Amino acid sequence: MSTRPAMSRPVKGASGKTGSWRVFKPVVDKEKCNACGICGMFCPDAVISDELEVDLDYCKGCGICAQECPKKAITMEREEK
Amino acid sequence: MTEIPKEEYVLKCTSACAGCPSSLILRYVLKAAGPDTVLVVPACCTSVIQGIYPNTALNVPVYNVAFASAAACASGMTEAFQKAGKKTNVIVYAGDGGTVDIGIQALSGAFERETDFLYICYDNEAYGNTGMQRSGSTPIGARTTTTPGGKTHAKKDLDAIVDAHNPSYLATACASYPLDLFKKVQKALSLRGSKFIHVLAPCPPGWRFSSEMTVEMGKLAVKSGLWILYEREFGKVTINGPSKAAMIKPVPLEDYLSGQGRFKGIDQKAIDALKSQSELRAKHLQKEADGIC
Repeated sequence: MSTRPAMSRPVKGASGKTGSWRVFKPVVDKEKCNACGICGMFCPDAVISDELEVDLDYCKGCGICAQECPKKAITMEREEK
Repeated sequence: MTEIPKEEYVLKCTSACAGCPSSLILRYVLKAAGPDTVLVVPACCTSVIQGIYPNTALNVPVYNVAFASAAACASGMTEAFQKAGKKTNVIVYAGDGGTVDIGIQALSGAFERETDFLYICYDNEAYGNTGMQRSGSTPIGARTTTTPGGKTHAKKDLDAIVDAHNPSYLATACASYPLDLFKKVQKALSLRGSKFIHVLAPCPPGWRFSSEMTVEMGKLAVKSGLWILYEREFGKVTINGPSKAAMIKPVPLEDYLSGQGRFKGIDQKAIDALKSQSELRAKHLQKEADGIC
């Protein structure tokens, strides 16, 4: 019999790789981007890093970053399956 | 400008819907609270999105309890921490169903006992987790699965109910203003006694708008004057910047309503009721802020 208590432990990817949910993926135009960080601030899942790289393993493709970008540097492009 | 900590306590990734305001709010609540925090979560979306046993996406201790008992459980926990000489933050993170309807007796009891804790209600104006049934917090005219013709009753004024308990701190916030929310959580945790923060959470599948509009919807709710950002510290009311601007020059309420599928086909009577309710609330708060009443 296991003595491990019935409690969950924090790990990355507790719900699996949620990037597979995505229909549209964010593509950043580095020319237009002025690195203000507003996309990362509003990202509900914190998948945009300080270097403003999107972690596509986990990005669900909600599109808030593209909507809120003041420079319109992010476009949502359909995933190729 | 306030420095936001880089640490994330909501790990990549919860199983929340794409564009979920709950995980956005929780990110900033936990950033403000820091690692020495215990979350008490009654049945709501947040008890589901943590992940699958034996894993969890939340990097702080979480206590999942029954719907009606969140505030009572937090009361006991606070007492235990005080007896043990610990200064751990106890935060209840509950949805509107668990606050406005089912959990209100425990909430009232805990506030009456002046329990030293923070209660956060993230309000998506329906029971989102079980498929969008109407709650006491659903506004008039909104379609839910149990009010397919639009709700006929007005939204319960939760802030007034909590205010009647004379808490040391009460504030409203919105998922679209995360810095404002961060500051309010920090301020609440720096004070003693019972604290309450009511956060508007625009829910894409429930309110029927596309997921990228979450932040925009919250901003429209504030700019149209339907959701007023204010804080009440030991009885003194301060109306926050975005709402002050909205009181002088609001955007038309129709801009907010037309973006959401739940208000499709809303009749003029319900719109007028929404408008008069928000105007009355604004007038009342303005008077309180000016120190007239």
